[in-house]
Amino acid sequence: MKRITIDPITRLEGHGKITLFLDDQGDVVNAYFQVPEFRGFESFCEGRPVEEMPRITQRICGVCPMAHHMASAKAGDAVYKVEPPPAAKKIREMAYTAFVCGDHATHFYVLSGPDFFVGPDADPAQRNILGLIHKVGLQIGRRVLQHLAESHEVISLLGGRFVHPVMALPGGVAKGVSPEMQARFIEIGEHFVEFGLFSLQLWKEAVLGDNAFHEMIFSPAYYQRTHNIALVDAQNRLNFYDGRVRVVDAEGREVVRYAPSEYREHIAERVEPWTYVKFPYLKHFGWRGLVDGMESGVYRSTPLGRLNASEGMATPRAQEAYEEFYAYMGGKPVHATLATHWARLVEMLYCAERMLELARDPEITDPNIRTIPTETPHEGIGVVEAPRGLLTHHYITDERGILQKVNLIVGTTNNHAAICMAIKSAAQALIGGGREITQGLLDRVEMAFRAFDPCFACATHALPGEMNLDIEVFDAKGERVAYLSRTADQAS
Amino acid sequence: MNKINLAAYWASSCGGCDIAIVELGEHLLELAQVADIVFWPAATDFKYADVEAMADGFIDLTLFNGAIRTEEDVHIAHLLRQKSKVLIAFGSCAMEGCIPGLSNLVGPERALRRAALETPSTDNPEGVLPQGHFEIPEGALTLPRLCGTLRTLEQVVPVDFKIPGCPPNHDQVWNALQAYLAGHLPKNGLLGVDPRTVCDQCPRVREGKIRVKQFQRPHEVIADPERCFLEQGLICAGPATHAGCGALCVKANMPCRGCYGPPDGVTDQGAALLDAIVASFDGQSDAEVRQIVGTIIDPIGTFYRFSLANSLLQKARALASQGDDPCASQAATEGETL
Repeated sequence: MKRITIDPITRLEGHGKITLFLDDQGDVVNAYFQVPEFRGFESFCEGRPVEEMPRITQRICGVCPMAHHMASAKAGDAVYKVEPPPAAKKIREMAYTAFVCGDHATHFYVLSGPDFFVGPDADPAQRNILGLIHKVGLQIGRRVLQHLAESHEVISLLGGRFVHPVMALPGGVAKGVSPEMQARFIEIGEHFVEFGLFSLQLWKEAVLGDNAFHEMIFSPAYYQRTHNIALVDAQNRLNFYDGRVRVVDAEGREVVRYAPSEYREHIAERVEPWTYVKFPYLKHFGWRGLVDGMESGVYRSTPLGRLNASEGMATPRAQEAYEEFYAYMGGKPVHATLATHWARLVEMLYCAERMLELARDPEITDPNIRTIPTETPHEGIGVVEAPRGLLTHHYITDERGILQKVNLIVGTTNNHAAICMAIKSAAQALIGGGREITQGLLDRVEMAFRAFDPCFACATHALPGEMNLDIEVFDAKGERVAYLSRTADQAS
Repeated sequence: MNKINLAAYWASSCGGCDIAIVELGEHLLELAQVADIVFWPAATDFKYADVEAMADGFIDLTLFNGAIRTEEDVHIAHLLRQKSKVLIAFGSCAMEGCIPGLSNLVGPERALRRAALETPSTDNPEGVLPQGHFEIPEGALTLPRLCGTLRTLEQVVPVDFKIPGCPPNHDQVWNALQAYLAGHLPKNGLLGVDPRTVCDQCPRVREGKIRVKQFQRPHEVIADPERCFLEQGLICAGPATHAGCGALCVKANMPCRGCYGPPDGVTDQGAALLDAIVASFDGQSDAEVRQIVGTIIDPIGTFYRFSLANSLLQKARALASQGDDPCASQAATEGETL
C-alpha cells in the first residue's frame, strides 16, 4: 500500500501530520491525522497557587493566551466563590472580544487567507501572508496589519502585553480603564466594526464570487454532518464570555442546555492509541468512532458550530450577517466545513460590535475592579468560547488555594474527531480516480483542517504519551549486566 | 544587496513566539525586502522535506522557538543546526525551558497517568495509551517518543545567540533583526535585551527601608500602584530578571514573574531571586526567617517559574539520570554539554 505523508501540516498553530494510505489504483483507503506533540500542563499545574493559573495556563497557547487567561480567572473566581465587581466583568469581556476580533482576523488573513487569495495551486513559496499582501495590494495589507496591531493595543493597554497578558486574577482585574483609555478603546472599536464589515464584503467578492471556491464550499468533499455546541445567553444568542452551553443535534434540534459547571454530565473524552490528543464526544449520543450523523457523538465547537447552536447574534449588524449567511447557505444547520470561514467573519463582526458597546459603557471606567476573596477555596469551573471552541478549566484546590487537580478541555480538542473526518473526507474525494497528485491537491486536503483554525499547541496541553523507560544496570567494570525495557516504539 | 534566507521554527512551544514575529506588523513588509522566508510552519507552506533538501548552511538565520520535548524536536534541532549559519534560541522555551520546564518536576510517567487515565472527563475503559508505534490495517503509524526531561535548545545543539522573553517583546525582536542585518552582533550571545534588570525599567518607587514580615498573594490585597511590589510583601521577580521587556507586567499592575531570564553574570535565576527576597526580610533569627519563608507559597514554581530546565538543580538531576533518557544518545553525539 502506498503512503503519502504531509509533514508538517502548515499555517496553523502547533504540530500535526497527515498520512494517506492509497491502494493500487491510487484511491485513498484511509487517512490519519496525528498530533506528534506533548506539553503536559495538567500534571505540573498541580501544586501551583490558583491565582497564578491565569499566568501559567496561558502558556498552553500563545495564539489564544487570552482565552486560557480568562477561563482560568473565571475558574479562580469560582474556586474562591467570589463575584468580580460589574466594571471588572465588563473590562474582561471588552478585552476578550477585542482579542477574538484580532484572533479571527489572524486566522482569516494570515493562516487561511493565502488559500483563497493566493490559491491552492499557486507556488507554495508564495502561499503565505506576504504572498497575500502582494496579491491583494499594500493598501489592504496595511489595513489588516493595522487591525491586528489595534487588537494587540487594547490587550496591551489592559494586560501589559498582547501575548500572555496579566490583567485578570480571581475577583477581578488588576488595572482599570481611565477616561483616556476609554476614548482610545471607542476609536478602536469603531475601526473594528468597519474592518468586520470590510472583511465580510471581501469574502463575498473574492470567495463566494469565485466559481471554483463557490463549488468547493458546497462540495461533499468538505461536508460533515455533526452536532454543534455553543455558549449562549438567556435568549440563546451566542456569547463568548459567559452563559450556558447549548447542544443542538445534526438536524438542528436542541438536545440540552446546561450550566458549564455540569460539563462532566455531557462531555467525555476517548483516548486512541495512535495520537496524543483525546477525542471528546457528547455522552447523550455516545462514542461511535470517527463517523458523522445523528447516531454519532461527534460535535463541532467552531464558528460554524456556534452559529448552528445559537439562535442569533446579540448585536444588530452581526445579526444581519448571520441571517444573510443562513439565507445563502440554504438554512440551518449548515454542515459545509469551508463555510466555517464565513461564520468566523460573522463572529468577528459580533465581537467588534460588542467590544464597542462595552467601551462606550459609562461603567467601564468605574475604579471598583476587585473583590477580595474571603471564602475558603475549593473547586471551580471556568469557561469561555475560545476562538477555536469551548474552553473549560476545572480546578480543585486545598484550603490554601493550592491546586490538587486540574482538568482542561480546550477549544481545538472538542473538534478533534471532526477534523480527522474532514481530512479523510477531503482526501478520499480529491485524490484518486487516476488523477495526478499535485501540491495543489494536497493543499486542498490541508484546507479541510484549516477551516477549523486548529491549535495543537492547545490540544496537546495534556500529556497522554506512552513513555519509554529503559533501565540498564552496569557492573563496576562498565559491563552491562541487566537491561529492562518497556519501550513503546520498538520498531523506530 | 542579496537577500538572506530566514527560517523560523517551533519545537515544543505555545505559538506565542511566532505571534511575536507576526507582531512586527509593518516591519514584516520591510523584512520581506531583505529576507526570503524559506521555512516557517506557522505561516508558510514549506515542509520538512524542503529543509532536508537544502545544502548545509543554506539558511542564513534560524529563529528557533520552543523547548526540546520529543525525539522529533531533537531531530529538527539537529537538522536546522546543520542547515543554518546562525541559529538563535528564540524565546524563553528554547533559551531556558520556560513554564513547561516545570513538567520536569513531575516527570512524564505521572503526567501520562493523569491525562490519559485519571482526568474526570476521560472515558478510557480499556486503559488505552498512545503508542510510539501502532499497527493499523493499512500499515503502521508512529509517534515521536518523549524525552525523559524537557531541555533547552543549547542542551541539544550549539547555539549562536539567544533572544529571551515569553515571548520576546516585538520591539526587541526588530532591534535584534536589524542588528543582525547590519552585522552588529554582540559577542556575549544575548540579543534583544537592555542593560541590568527589570527593576531598572520599573517606574515604581522603592524606598529601600521597608522590611517584609510576611508575603502576600496578589488576589489577597489591593496593592499600592506606585510602590515596589516586593516592599509591599508581594513577590516580584524584577531584581533577578534581565531587562528588555520594559517592565510590561509591572506597568499593568501585576508583579514580574521572570520571563526574560537571569541578568548578566547570573547562572541560576531562582537562586538570584531567592537571594533578593531574603534581603528584603525583616527577621534576623532562624525562627523569624523560617516564619517569613513559610509565607512563600510554592517556592519552586515562583523562583523557577521560567528557568527550571536551565537551572543548576536541573543540571545536577540531568547528570544523574541521563541514562534513562531516550533522547540522550542523540544529544551526546552532538557534543552535549550537560
